[in-house]
Amino acid sequence: MKSIKDLEEIRKKTLDTINLRKDQSGIRVVVGMATCGIAAGARPVLMSIMDEIKKNELADVVVAQTGCIGMCRLEPIVEVYRPGEEKVTYVKMNPSKAIRVINEHIMKGKIVDKYTIGAEEK
Amino acid sequence: MKEISLHILDIVQNSIAAKADSITVKIVEDLTTDTLVIEIIDNGSGMDKELAERIKDPFTTGRKTRRVGLGVPLLYDACTRCDGNLKIQSERGKGTTVIAWFKHSHIDRAPLGNMIETILTIVMGNPEIDFIYIHNYNSKEFRFDTREIKQALGEVSINEPQVLSWIKGFLEEGFNSLSGGAEK
Repeated sequence: MKSIKDLEEIRKKTLDTINLRKDQSGIRVVVGMATCGIAAGARPVLMSIMDEIKKNELADVVVAQTGCIGMCRLEPIVEVYRPGEEKVTYVKMNPSKAIRVINEHIMKGKIVDKYTIGAEEK
Repeated sequence: MKEISLHILDIVQNSIAAKADSITVKIVEDLTTDTLVIEIIDNGSGMDKELAERIKDPFTTGRKTRRVGLGVPLLYDACTRCDGNLKIQSERGKGTTVIAWFKHSHIDRAPLGNMIETILTIVMGNPEIDFIYIHNYNSKEFRFDTREIKQALGEVSINEPQVLSWIKGFLEEGFNSLSGGAEK
């Protein structure tokens, strides 16, 4: 059985790592989580992003949620912000596409062109 | 929406947009009365009576990207389709309560679905909001309260990956204790 007491242990461990990562990158991954995104499958996309971030220990990547981006027919939409670079918008995402974006764009800096809005709108 | 838990995630977004700092989701499943009742209670900005009445209409929306909003209308449609209904109580400055109920055994009722993902999504995206989840299944009860977790964590944020994965495990145990994992 899990108990609130487990959290004390997690607190101690996490405090150490927080102190280590203070001056790191500022990559942000934003998932659209309005009615349109939710209906199109944004929740499992967000879950797969979280799992992949945890798996690869990308503690400095911030994952956030936002409302309707205004392009409901292209949901689920994931936006990636890397400091000093232009925002990249990925559309019609699913969990496996999201994992690929984490592995290639977030971890190696390589944009997955074919999932971007630019490729979709061609 | 394919799952009621997706409707819940969607309606909670309204509470977040209304700047609530406390949101309670309460689910009561009672098989003897054959009802499933969902309550979403927030202390956000609320709205006046006239708007609360209109909100079931898709052409009423607070969003700025377009002139239709489907959150409440979709849930309203889902429950009226299942011999249920939806009620909104709201007061400006005090908050809003959305109550939706369904006939539990209705053939058109979507499954509750993955409530764990819904709760994780809410907690992760809104670490500053106190989120309370109460699930009552045939009078067995499971409670999840982020205030207790935050107290134990102190200065560590609730949306740290290790914390979220603990929460996930905690929720899995909680849901299993309710129904033996019968409805997934």
